[in-house]
Amino acid sequence: MLGLTVVLLTGRTLRQGQGKEYGKLSERYWKSVAKCEIDPDDLKKLGTTDGKAVKVTTSYGSVVLRAVKSLRGPHPGKVFVPYGPWASVVADSKTHGTGMPSFKGIQAVVEPASDLEEVLTLKELLLSHYGKKRGSQ
Amino acid sequence: MAELLVKNGFVYDPLNGVNGEKMDLFAKDGKIVDKLNGRRKRIVDASGMIVMPGGVDIHSHIAGPKVNAGRLLRPEDHYRDVEPKTDKTRSGVGRSIPSTFTTGYRYARLGYTTVMEPAMPPLLARHVHEELNDTPMIDKAAFPLLSDCWFVLEPLQKGLIEEAAAYVAWAMEATRGYAIKLVNPGGLEAWGFGRNVRNIDDTVPHFNITPREIIRGLCRVNRLLHLPHSIHVHTNNLGKPGNYETCLETMKCVEDLAPSDSRPVIHVTHLQFSSFKGDDWQTFESGAEEIARYVNTHNHVTTDMGQVVFTDTTTMTADGPFQYILYQLSHNKWVNNDVEIETSAGIVPFTYKRSSFVHATQWSIGLELALLVNDPWRMYMTTDHPNAAPFIFYPKIISWLVSRIAREKLLNKVSKRARHKSLLPTIDREYTFYELAIATRAGQAKSLGLKDKGHLGVGADADIAIYNVNPEEVDPSKQYKRVRKAFKNAEYTIKDGQIVVKKGEVVKPVDGRIFWVKPELSSSRMEISPKLKEAFEDYYTVQYENYIVPEHHLAHSHPISIKTEV
Amino acid sequence: MTVISNVTCPVCGSLCDDLEIEVEGNNITNVRNACGMGESKFLGYASHRPSNPLVRKNGELVKATMTEAVRKSAEILANASYPILYGWSNTSCEALSAGIELAEEVGGVIDNTSTVCHGPSVLSIQDVGFSTCTLGQVRHRADLVLYWGSNPWSAHPRHIERYTNFTEGRFRHSEWHRYISTLSAYRSKKRAERACKLTEEIHEAAAETSTVLEQPRRLPSSLYEKERKMIVVDVRRTRSADIADCFLQVEPNKDYEIFQALRSLLRDEELQVDSVGGVSVEVLEDLVDVLVGCEFGVLFFGVGLTMSEGKLRNIEAGISLIRDLNQYTKFMIMPMRGHYNVTGANVVSTWQTGYPFAVDMSQGYPRYNPGETSVVDILSRGESDAALIVASDPVAHFPRESVKNLVAKPLIVIDPERNATSLFADVIFPCAVAGVEAEGTAYRMDRVPLPLKQLVKPPKSCLSDQEILCRILREARRIKKKAGEAMANG
Repeated sequence: MLGLTVVLLTGRTLRQGQGKEYGKLSERYWKSVAKCEIDPDDLKKLGTTDGKAVKVTTSYGSVVLRAVKSLRGPHPGKVFVPYGPWASVVADSKTHGTGMPSFKGIQAVVEPASDLEEVLTLKELLLSHYGKKRGSQ
Repeated sequence: MAELLVKNGFVYDPLNGVNGEKMDLFAKDGKIVDKLNGRRKRIVDASGMIVMPGGVDIHSHIAGPKVNAGRLLRPEDHYRDVEPKTDKTRSGVGRSIPSTFTTGYRYARLGYTTVMEPAMPPLLARHVHEELNDTPMIDKAAFPLLSDCWFVLEPLQKGLIEEAAAYVAWAMEATRGYAIKLVNPGGLEAWGFGRNVRNIDDTVPHFNITPREIIRGLCRVNRLLHLPHSIHVHTNNLGKPGNYETCLETMKCVEDLAPSDSRPVIHVTHLQFSSFKGDDWQTFESGAEEIARYVNTHNHVTTDMGQVVFTDTTTMTADGPFQYILYQLSHNKWVNNDVEIETSAGIVPFTYKRSSFVHATQWSIGLELALLVNDPWRMYMTTDHPNAAPFIFYPKIISWLVSRIAREKLLNKVSKRARHKSLLPTIDREYTFYELAIATRAGQAKSLGLKDKGHLGVGADADIAIYNVNPEEVDPSKQYKRVRKAFKNAEYTIKDGQIVVKKGEVVKPVDGRIFWVKPELSSSRMEISPKLKEAFEDYYTVQYENYIVPEHHLAHSHPISIKTEV
Repeated sequence: MTVISNVTCPVCGSLCDDLEIEVEGNNITNVRNACGMGESKFLGYASHRPSNPLVRKNGELVKATMTEAVRKSAEILANASYPILYGWSNTSCEALSAGIELAEEVGGVIDNTSTVCHGPSVLSIQDVGFSTCTLGQVRHRADLVLYWGSNPWSAHPRHIERYTNFTEGRFRHSEWHRYISTLSAYRSKKRAERACKLTEEIHEAAAETSTVLEQPRRLPSSLYEKERKMIVVDVRRTRSADIADCFLQVEPNKDYEIFQALRSLLRDEELQVDSVGGVSVEVLEDLVDVLVGCEFGVLFFGVGLTMSEGKLRNIEAGISLIRDLNQYTKFMIMPMRGHYNVTGANVVSTWQTGYPFAVDMSQGYPRYNPGETSVVDILSRGESDAALIVASDPVAHFPRESVKNLVAKPLIVIDPERNATSLFADVIFPCAVAGVEAEGTAYRMDRVPLPLKQLVKPPKSCLSDQEILCRILREARRIKKKAGEAMANG
């Protein structure tokens, strides 16, 4: 598989901001955060196109996202994922004594997702990482 | 319905001329009365103890954006001093900038029942009141900072006193404020672009007005509005060697505005910081003598000490440029917050050291002023908390006022150079308990125009402090430690006729009220002028409607209506 | 139909208070003056809100009465040894005040979203201080505005039009017209470039140089004129960069080095390198000239600084630079706070407990030690045994390690929306939306307090979160008192 080493950045976007006001369970929100903005030339290097699924892996986890050709290029070697549950599962929880985990500037590998991997819905994503809540202990 | 009898104490009530008389006090429904009818009453036995009106603090930074920025800045200040939760009290932290609940409890333990927050940025008044709401045990008020407000500078520059007065009246009500506060008048607007003013006749950039005009203008406004307190002034050039001249000029510039009934027209606050002689820090010395001489011969001025204690504290004032200089001198962390249209603020942690010639001289200056100004009705005990010291050090200062030996003992431990230059060895005066009662309650209440505070006459609020020291048996001059101990933890603090503190412990948490002034303008001026409203939207980044603090935002609002001449 | 004016928008830290809301009956039908996010909130709030409190029984969330939900929550919290109470930034100060009292009662940790946002900024301030002002000072006086690691166009859409370059000030004029012409020129340029690309072949080899960063060799001339100027510094060209006079692209995780380099250059020291963080020293020298040459500068910074390597040290370096600049000119610095009331959460927490976030009440008095008492760390270490989440969605925004432990323990959620966190809750309280259905107070990013209005009434089952918290507090007190009496007797 063709994989690209990149720096992962996460952050706010207007769409994500609007999406969250419509509700985290809405499709609008899902569209706004379950994506990965990639530099157009990097997209070519990966051998994939806008709209296809890609997998982003860091030392903390792995997540499948919809690739989006970045309109903010050129920024080769950097990918951007909006804040949200998809970004969180690959972020570093270590705070180095500051209380703040690392959400930006994380080393990551991006590759096209296999045919069996697809972008999950919010519920599917949470279930796969955290299981079903059974009841309070 | 609640009735209280305070029996047999030595009462000091200077506003009613009572000087240590053994007498009973009666309180009913929160007020002092001349007798009690009911059979059911609480009795407090004050035999062998001093009974005074509850303490009144005319100037203490306890609430608001700058105080809170100080709290945020200094977690290291809090770690050393914690207040655990009890079944009656909330938890909190101290030391130089206590959290709000702790502030209230600690003042009450000292026997204080009324405290004034002296620096409220009008735009941020809502914040001040929210903190005051969360400061229990004491009655409170706040002074809006008006000396650099564009809506004041503009009419004053044109000589339009009535227009300025109408604005100030509106601002007082909109911010639920109590008195007009001036800080480095003109200097804070200049600080908006990083500048300052050099003396009271320097022109404020872009506004073509001088500090003298601002001070005089607001003094006249104050008189037109009949506000209960005079203008409350933090002078230009505060903290600068040689500034005693600016202080004298400031007091002089309103001499002619004093009415014939000799009510004071200006209060110069934390006078110690404005009584510096010398050209620089090397030639620095005390200007207390000159200042005291002027105050002694001019009745139109009241003052408060701003007494330094050798400890680690936090300086915080609205005087942005001064605080920046302090940062440059000390290299401590520095917070600055300029408030649009209105004012500024600066915070710098600071330690006053005995070994420092400058700090020791400052310590001496505060006491020299208190001892050289003859009229106790015009010189009050404060520390400009927390600037010169946290208020928890008041008992220490009391011991210095009542005992020459106490002063001497400390003087012998300070910088030798400061000791040799200090006037203290030449001053024998020791405050009596009567004078102490004036300096810590009666005088302050009188200056503030709080008719029901600072005294124990019939009709007064039943705010009473009882200290366990017997004036017939204890000689404060020699046994100052006993006095200090007694004033550190009130035997009883009574608020509105209820026992709230007993033996230094809070036994009944109460909220306290927020006092504010409601100037009544003539019908033609009732509504804020449309011109002003329009300018408001151009100037501020908040809407006019949202700027005003609604009365119901104050948990216990106590408005005082005032008839004006506008 | 009524029009309610001067409405404060409860979305981002800009806290615009000039919105006009049209209400018909009990419905909001139109919003004026708001940005896209504000409009979404007023028109789409609480669209997935449950109509009743819910309690999890046998693994499923079922309807419950308010009393039952309150009792269950109070039991969970009162019986926990180290509960966390988290969120707070998307609700009123009054709610937080009730939350702090609750945390104190149950001996828990009360933390707000600054812990994963501008917490490091707070830590830096506590180390070196802060030179700042309210936004009106910027509006009237600033002739130089920097957005560093911040993208107001996306996160604070009206910031520039209300507070910086597109406003009219007493001493400065608006740059709105100049922006329009610059933008159309830029767009024409882009169109021309795209056209060229279609007709020519551009060799990919050019892109192989490891740091191809877009920046001018020299700074644009507009930065030297006496008008309002804007500089955007970021790792990628954001929409905000498009409207700036100058965009400086920097390498990720190099802000600390760049700030310190600027400080050195300010002191006329020589740098031994050719570039710092992908920016040539020449450009940095020119930048210092621009910084010193302004009359009133302000640096707005975002989580680009707090979240990358260096965290609080990045901010510290930035604050120190601003402090140093004040020797030459007037310079301010301000964090671009995200949630509309995260500042309020810090402010209220500080005055009541002495500390702005990560406050541990388990010892009976407030303790503060981010890294130890901050919730991400507490959760990563698996130390908490219950959680109350108010107006926040940590399951969506915390790293996986923390979320694992959060969802494994009893979880109470008070929120007007169903969100990722509520999917794992044991008790859910649908609440009124502060600023829409409930009044209160919020603090803007520059710490100016503003009122939140009640525009429409919430459904009967939805109380304000302040009220819900007060009820839980009363019940928790009762439970603890009973337990205390039982211990004394038994």
